[in-house]
Amino acid sequence: MKKLSNLAIILVSAALVLTSLVAFHSSPSNAAPVPTPDTVMLNGAGATFPYPIYSKWFSDYNKIHSDIQINYQSIGSGAGIRQLLSGTVDFGASDVPMNDEQLGQSKTKILHFPTVLGAVVPTYNIAGVSQELNFTGEVLTDIFLGKITKWNDPEIAKYNKGVNLPAQDIVVVHRSEGSGTSYVWTDFLSKVSTQWGSKVGRNTAVNWPVGLGGKGNEGVAGLVKQIPGALGYVELIYAVQNQIPYGRVRNAAGVFVKGDLAGVTAAAGGYAKTMPEDFRISITNAPGQAAYPIASFTYLLIPTKIEDANKKDIIKRFLTWMLNDGQEEVEALSYARLPKEVVARELKQISQIQ
Amino acid sequence: MASTPIPTGRAASNRRAHAFIQGLRSGDTFAHLFTLLCAASILLVTVALVYELYINSTTAQHKFGLGFLTGRTWDPVSGDFGALPFVYGTLVTSALALLVAVPLGVGAAIFLSELAPPRISNALTFVIELLAAVPSVIYGLLGIFITAPFLRQYGEPFLKRTLGFLPLFQGPMYGVGMLTAGFVLAIMVVPFVISLSREVLMAVPVDQREAALGLGATKWESTWQVVVPYARIGIMASIFLALARALGETMAVTMVIGNDPRISSSLFAPGYTIAAVIANEFAEATADLHLQALIELGLVLFALTIVINGLARIAIIFTTQKGSRQ
Amino acid sequence: MLRRNSWRKFVNYFMFSMTGLCALVAVGFLFFILAYLVWNGGSSLSWAFLTHLPAPVGERGGGMANAIVGSGKLLLLASAFGIPIGFLGGVYLAEFGAGSFPFVVRYTADLLNGVPSILIGIFAYTIVVLPMKHFSALAGGLALGVMMIPIAVRSTEEALRTVPLMLREGALALGASKWKTIATVVVPAARKGIVTGIVLDIARVAGETAPLLFTALNNQFWSPGWNQPIASLPVMVYTYAISPYDDWHRQAWAGGLVLLTLVLVANIVVRLSVSGRSAR
Repeated sequence: MKKLSNLAIILVSAALVLTSLVAFHSSPSNAAPVPTPDTVMLNGAGATFPYPIYSKWFSDYNKIHSDIQINYQSIGSGAGIRQLLSGTVDFGASDVPMNDEQLGQSKTKILHFPTVLGAVVPTYNIAGVSQELNFTGEVLTDIFLGKITKWNDPEIAKYNKGVNLPAQDIVVVHRSEGSGTSYVWTDFLSKVSTQWGSKVGRNTAVNWPVGLGGKGNEGVAGLVKQIPGALGYVELIYAVQNQIPYGRVRNAAGVFVKGDLAGVTAAAGGYAKTMPEDFRISITNAPGQAAYPIASFTYLLIPTKIEDANKKDIIKRFLTWMLNDGQEEVEALSYARLPKEVVARELKQISQIQ
Repeated sequence: MASTPIPTGRAASNRRAHAFIQGLRSGDTFAHLFTLLCAASILLVTVALVYELYINSTTAQHKFGLGFLTGRTWDPVSGDFGALPFVYGTLVTSALALLVAVPLGVGAAIFLSELAPPRISNALTFVIELLAAVPSVIYGLLGIFITAPFLRQYGEPFLKRTLGFLPLFQGPMYGVGMLTAGFVLAIMVVPFVISLSREVLMAVPVDQREAALGLGATKWESTWQVVVPYARIGIMASIFLALARALGETMAVTMVIGNDPRISSSLFAPGYTIAAVIANEFAEATADLHLQALIELGLVLFALTIVINGLARIAIIFTTQKGSRQ
Repeated sequence: MLRRNSWRKFVNYFMFSMTGLCALVAVGFLFFILAYLVWNGGSSLSWAFLTHLPAPVGERGGGMANAIVGSGKLLLLASAFGIPIGFLGGVYLAEFGAGSFPFVVRYTADLLNGVPSILIGIFAYTIVVLPMKHFSALAGGLALGVMMIPIAVRSTEEALRTVPLMLREGALALGASKWKTIATVVVPAARKGIVTGIVLDIARVAGETAPLLFTALNNQFWSPGWNQPIASLPVMVYTYAISPYDDWHRQAWAGGLVLLTLVLVANIVVRLSVSGRSAR
């Protein structure tokens, strides 16, 4: 009994010491002070595509305004839309604009605010191949349909002369959950292949003919990194940050383009002036010599009527910050900035939030 | 003693009333009622759980009917949902887990209870029971970083070379897949099997063993033909416990199974379990039908749990009737 | 005859060696897991890890302070909900229970125990998150609390049943009412078993991830009150583990180690405290 009570005393005191240290310590970088009653907390959830830049933005915004905490969880574009419609989050985020049916399910009007542009790139893990491979839309479709199964298939070799492609099985990796990144990818494949369009279609979650499912961009990148012979699609930053090679894709003009800032900006450039009012647009397979064919806007989904005046105010201020200062940070994380015309129109749209 | 008739009449009812008031005053009635309410709340929670699962999947039930259980497609785009790939994945991975964990676990339990010196046996069991408490994400972590690569590089090629004539061990080897998931599950449930089996084996009376040995049996014969059968109910209970854990395990499985709703004959292929698909797709099923189909899957899993539970109890009743004393 | 005997002897040695092998393999695996976790987790564990908040994706550093505290809060809530109900339910079964109703309760408790934790997460989502329109610590605590109830019931009942009838009868003979007997004699006599059961219950639920996925969600920041999404160790470990960033993997190991340590410490303390009793 004595042994136990001694032990218990030691443990309880250790716990108290630990908790007080955690609560009261002050350290420079990542420790946000314990929120005061004045702290306003917002919750958002959705796309994993822009998660790197969103987590940087919300963290930086919190450093500037320590009484505002915006918690963003990357659970997938589909989940972002769903939770927004259910009202369990203050705002959503999605790579794919909401369709009319989903918008109809919402009691208040929902505004789309494009935040950044990004590229979805084909990333792979092939022994001995660290160069950039060239892919066409047709080749990618056939791989994802399960028609092309080996890396040294003549269809792939045709566009990659001089690369030593091994006779390795291609392990297709896709998303296991509803994903805007999947939407962008299947949107592109549907545009370049009628067979894909009719057999599988474009959606956040589809019935994939072949392949393994990874959770989030993170999961897909992780699987690609670990499985030899894997081919998956991820947002550019995930391939870059994890140093996995990614390939070029042939665009509508017949040029093999890399998914970098120039290509994405070129893809958006053509549409900047003709974007619809609500910003819902698909820019895959964009025309133009320099355009990258698998590019996309990604959106914050904000309801027009926000009851809490505090939250409404913060969202409006954040959006303004995001469109001005926030844009300065995006290129460092391999996202492309919004075209100027789009920014101007979005700043006007902010006033619609009441 | 002859049964006395229930007393009637004013004296008797007075006594009963007195006893009731006594009960109220001393608080016994309240205590009884209060604890009964708590016990009843368990029923309430379970009923509410089943109700919620049922009521939130009615559209899907109407649309698919019993065909849901045999449907092989899971297509959110066209709204066609079928449970078969997930039921298949759940059953295959659990069966695999048991196939590995039961011989290993019972064998180890036999060793620990019959052969090992008591101090070593106790110490090892202590550690094994601690590991039963390891959170499942950690098994998933180890699955991703160690088990899957190991199986991909060594385990699966080995199986392919030796047993590749079986359709079970053919096809491409990814590392992640049903074999890995079954293996990870096996590691997770082995501590339960060992700990429970050892306990019941040690509870077998010494005279049983001595009687067998006295008749000239070797120690193994005594163990295998007398002690183990005597303890078989407890061992079976441990197996069912392991099975229940394997069926419902979510996190570790979804990290290593490949998340592909496909029915393949090969164990190397990726698969999907009910728990894993719910975890992955629940938060985002935007179409109502999709969400309802997922909840209906939950109902199927729940039904599976009840069936297994029932089978366990029936098996235990049968083996009791057959003469084991436990 | 001699041949038969030497065959039997051979079988004896062989089979027991096999069981020894089984034990070796099983224990070997489990020791390996522990060692690997301690090695990887330990090397990433740092004071910063325990006290910092998560850093944005790709930025080095950051920690899981909010997840550690978050898990504590969730367990507190779960215990507040699950332990009283479980304990009192166990009292009912042991002290007042005879007949078909207690049988049904026991069966249901076993059933609830076997229900996959993801379904309990769905349940909590539909009855707490949706009506409240908020992911919250409350929902997560409720889900964990529901998971705690069946184990608390069974372990309380079993502990109370080990108390000899004589103690109860003695108290009743002295004129104590039934509930007083239970409260002042039976429960204290069984307290070791009850406390053991509760601590193990908490430890087991501490590692659950699935029910928190759609209830407590996750949070980069501190989460005051009970109304907001809250970070927890298992969910953080999961999120980091499936990511492709090496830094996050290291943190996942460290988080796993912290989780495991807390669970192990609880188990060890509890088992040491009952080590005086006969093997149970």
